[in-house]
Amino acid sequence: LLDLLIFLPVLAAVVLVAVPRVPDGVARVVLVVVTGVELVLSLGLWLAYAPRAGLTGDFAFERTLVWIPSVDSGYRVGVDGLSLPMLLLTTGLFFCCALYAWRERLRPRTFAALLLFLETACLGVFASLDLILFFVFFDLSIVGMYFVIAGWGHGQAARSALKFFLYTFLGSLALLVGFLALYAGSDPHTFDMVKLAQEPPLQGRPVAGGLALLAIFIGLAVKTPTVPFHTWLPPAHTDAPAVGSAILAGVLLKLGTYGFVRIALPMLPDAWRTWAVVAVVIGAVGVLYGALVALAQADLKRMIAYTSVAHMGYVLLAVGAAGLLGGTDAEARTVAVSGAVTQMVSHGLVTGALFLLAGVLQDRAGSYDLAAYGGLATRAPRFAALFGVAAFASLGLPGLSGFLAEFQVLAGSLGSAPVGVVVALLGLLVTAALFLVAMGRLLLGPAGRLTGAVSDLRPSELAAIVPLLALSLLIGVLPRPLLDVVEPSARAVVELVSR
Amino acid sequence: VNEDPLALLPELILTLGAVAVLMLGSFLPRDRQWVARLVTAAVLLGSAVAATVALLGPDRLVFDDTFAVDGLTGTARLVCALSGLLVLGLMSEELHGDRREAEHYVLLLFTVLGAQLLAAGNDLSLLAVAYLLASVPLYALAGAARDRPGTEAALKTYLLGAFLGIAMITGIVLLSGLVGGTSYALLADLEPAARPVVAVGTVALLAGLAFKGGFVPGHFWVPDAAEGARTGAAALLTTVPKVGGLLAAYRVLDAIPREVVDWPLLVAVLSAVTMTLGNLAAFGQQSVRRLLGWSSVSQAGYLLMAVAVAGRTDLALPALALYLAAYAVTNVGAFAVPAALPAATRIEHYRGLAAGRPWLALSLLVLLLGLVGTPPTAVFVGKVTVFAAALDGGFAWLVVVAAVNTVASLFYYLRWIAPAFDRTGAAQAAPPAVRPIAALSAVTSSGASVLLGIAAGAVLAIDPRLLA
Repeated sequence: LLDLLIFLPVLAAVVLVAVPRVPDGVARVVLVVVTGVELVLSLGLWLAYAPRAGLTGDFAFERTLVWIPSVDSGYRVGVDGLSLPMLLLTTGLFFCCALYAWRERLRPRTFAALLLFLETACLGVFASLDLILFFVFFDLSIVGMYFVIAGWGHGQAARSALKFFLYTFLGSLALLVGFLALYAGSDPHTFDMVKLAQEPPLQGRPVAGGLALLAIFIGLAVKTPTVPFHTWLPPAHTDAPAVGSAILAGVLLKLGTYGFVRIALPMLPDAWRTWAVVAVVIGAVGVLYGALVALAQADLKRMIAYTSVAHMGYVLLAVGAAGLLGGTDAEARTVAVSGAVTQMVSHGLVTGALFLLAGVLQDRAGSYDLAAYGGLATRAPRFAALFGVAAFASLGLPGLSGFLAEFQVLAGSLGSAPVGVVVALLGLLVTAALFLVAMGRLLLGPAGRLTGAVSDLRPSELAAIVPLLALSLLIGVLPRPLLDVVEPSARAVVELVSR
Repeated sequence: VNEDPLALLPELILTLGAVAVLMLGSFLPRDRQWVARLVTAAVLLGSAVAATVALLGPDRLVFDDTFAVDGLTGTARLVCALSGLLVLGLMSEELHGDRREAEHYVLLLFTVLGAQLLAAGNDLSLLAVAYLLASVPLYALAGAARDRPGTEAALKTYLLGAFLGIAMITGIVLLSGLVGGTSYALLADLEPAARPVVAVGTVALLAGLAFKGGFVPGHFWVPDAAEGARTGAAALLTTVPKVGGLLAAYRVLDAIPREVVDWPLLVAVLSAVTMTLGNLAAFGQQSVRRLLGWSSVSQAGYLLMAVAVAGRTDLALPALALYLAAYAVTNVGAFAVPAALPAATRIEHYRGLAAGRPWLALSLLVLLLGLVGTPPTAVFVGKVTVFAAALDGGFAWLVVVAAVNTVASLFYYLRWIAPAFDRTGAAQAAPPAVRPIAALSAVTSSGASVLLGIAAGAVLAIDPRLLA
C-alpha cells in the first residue's frame, strides 16, 4: 500500500509525458483524480495504522528491498506517528493544489506531470527508512521544485529558481556528507535508519559526532530554512507560482524539520544534547527575526515567506529543547516534540492556504503589493473571510491549529529553555501585529489602486482553500486524533535522544 | 604455464576484428562501408559477450602471471566494449560517406583493446606495451578532423603522451630494477631501505597513468581533444582511456606496499587537485564540448578517490567499478547530445531546446544532472559508494572536498541546462539539423543511467567478487 502511495503519482506523470497529445483537459482531470486517490490512500493508511501499531510509536507497513548491498543501503520504507501526519499533509495539500491548478493555462500537461513527480518525491522522503533513499527523494524534490519555479514563475523566476537550486543543493550535499559520516561511524556499516536509531553511531566520540551533526544540521537548516540560511526563501516564494509556493512552504520546508526529528535527534543523541542549545538559540532568534522582517515587508508574498521562517523557528526551538535534559522531564520534552510535529502540520495547512490566497491576487491584478489594495472586504467578501481565518490561524488564535502547536512548543520548552521561550513569545506578539496590520491594509480601508481588479473566489479556488482551513480548525478544536498518533512516536524520539 | 589463449578471448576478438575491419575498409567501395560498420559492431558485441562469460568464471592469472582475469579486468572489458558500441553509433552517423570511415573503426577497436590490456596487465612490461597500444590510436583520433583545433589537439595529446610515456617507462625500469622482475607480485618485495628510489619510480609510473586517466598532471590534452576531435571520437577519448588508466592505477598501486611509499596520500592529493581544477576550469567555458572535457577531468578526480583507498577497504573496488560504468554511460550520452546537434557548438545555441526537441532536452537534463550526481542516476550511486569507501579508508577531508566540488560543478552544468529550458527564447527555434542515431543514443543513455542507478545492486551482483 505504501509503495503504491509513493509511486502512483510518478507513474501517472510518466504516462502524462509519454503519451503523445494528451489534451489539457484530460491532464487536469488526471492530476485531480490521482492526487485524490493519493489522499484516499493516505487516509486509509492512517485508519489502518492506529490499531495495527497499538499506538506504541512503532513502524508499520515496513518494506525492504535490496538496492546497493555493498554499502547496506536499500529501498526501506515504513510509517510511524511522525511520518504519517506528514504523509497525510502532503497528499491533502497536493490535492488542494491540484484543484487550484484547475485553471492553470500555461502548459497544463507538463505542469501536472511535474506536480505528480514532486508528490512522489515528497512522500518518498517522509516514508524513507534508509538514509540514501531519504537523500534520493530529498534531492529529487529540489529538482522538481526548480522546474516549477523556473517554468511557471513570474518576475525574476529563472534567477530565483537558480538561487533556490544552488542553495538547497549545497545543503543537500552537506546532508550527504553527514549521512556518510553516520554510515562510516556505524558498526556494522549501514544506512538503515531503524538500525542507526537503535544503535546510534559515533557515541562517545564528541568530535566526530559533532562534525557529523554539523553537516546534517547545515543540510537540514538550509532546507527548513532557519536563520541565517533563509535568504533563498523570500525570492523563491515571491517568484514562484501560487501552487509552487504553497507546496514549497507546506511540504518542502517540512522535509528539513522532519529530518531533525527523524535523523538528527535519534541518531546522534550525544552530539544533539551537547549542541541542543544552539538549536534553541537559532530557533528563538528565527521566531523573532522572521516576525520583525515580515512586519517590514510591503509585498504580501514576501511577508508570508518571512512568517514561515518564524514558524519554522518554533520547530527548531522545540527540537532543541527536547535535547536539553536539565530542568525538565520526559513528559515536557514529549510535549515539545509533538508540538513541533503539530506545528509542521499546522504551518503546512495555513501557509499553504495563505499562499493560494496570495496567488488569487496575482491572478486577478498581477501584484502582491500590499499598498495597492484596500477595502477587499466589501469587494471580495469570500476572499476576505478566508484570508482573515488564515491570518488568525497563522498568528495563533486559540481554536485553530497554530495555537495548539505553538502552545505545545512553548509549554514543552519552558522548563529547559525559559529565555528562548520568552524571546519566542515576543516574536508571537510581533506576528500577531503584522497579520493585523496586513489585514487592515488589504481588507479594510478605502479601495486601493488595484482593488477594482479583484473579483471574488471562484469555485475551484474555494474548493482548494476551504478544506485546508477547515482542517486547521478541526485540529484546533479536536486535536486528539492527531495527537494520539503523534505522541507515542514523539515519546519514542525523546527516549532515543535522552540515551 | 597456464597458457590458455581462451582466457584472452575478448582481446583476441578485438585484435582479429580490427585487422578484418582494416582489410574490409581497404577493399570495400565507398558505398559499401556499412559492412565494416556492421563487423565492428559485431566484434564489440562479441568481445562484451566473451567478457561476460569470463566474468562468470573463476579468477586466474595466465601467461606466466602477466595477465589477470578477474573482476577488475571484467569491468574494464565490459565497460570499454559497451562504450565502444555506443560511440560506434555516434561515429557511423558522423562519418557516413567519409573516406576514412573504416580507419576510424579500427582505431576505435584498438583504443578499446589498449584500455582493456592496461587494466588486465599484471606485469610492468605488459603495462608499458598496453600504454603504447592505447596511446597511438588516441593521437590519430584526436587529429582526425584535420582542421586547426584538431591539429592542436593531436599535437598536445601526442607530446604529452610521449613525454609522460617516457616518464612511465623510467618508473617501470626503476621499480623492476629494484625487485629484479616485472611481475606485480614482486612489487611486494620492495623494501623501505630503497624508499627514495621507490618513491621516484612510483611517481614516474603514475605520470603515465595520469595521461591515460586524464587526471592531474596528465590532463592537459583532455579538453583540447574533447573540443578538437570529432564528437564521436571525443566521447571515446574522454571515456575509454580513463577506464583503462584508472583500473591500471588501482591494480599496480595496490601491489606497491604502503609502508614503503605513502601513495594513498599522493593519490588523494592528486584527486583533490584534479576535481577542483576540472571544475574551476569548466566554469567559464562557452563551448559545450570543452565544458564536457573539463567535466571529465573533474570526474577523474572523484574516481581517484576510490584508487586512493585501494586495498584499505573492501568497498574500494566495487565503488570504482560502479562509478566507472556509470561515468562511461553518462559521459558518452552527454557527448551524444552535441553529436545530435552538430550545428550547436556553444551553450547559447541550446537556448529553447526544450520547446523544439523536448526528448533531447530531457535527456540532456538527466545526463548532466547525472554527471553532478543527482539521484537516482548511476553516477549518484557511484559517488555515494566512492564517498563511503573514502570515508572508510580514512580520507574524510577528501570527502568534504569532493562534496564542495560537487556543489561547484552543479553551477556550470546548470549554465547549460538553464538556457535549454528557457521558454522565452523559444522563438529562436532549436537547431534544425538533428542526427537521429545520436539523438536516440542520448535518450538511450539517459534511460540507461537511471536504470543502472536503480538496479545498481543487481549489477554488482552479476559478479559476486565485486561485492564487499
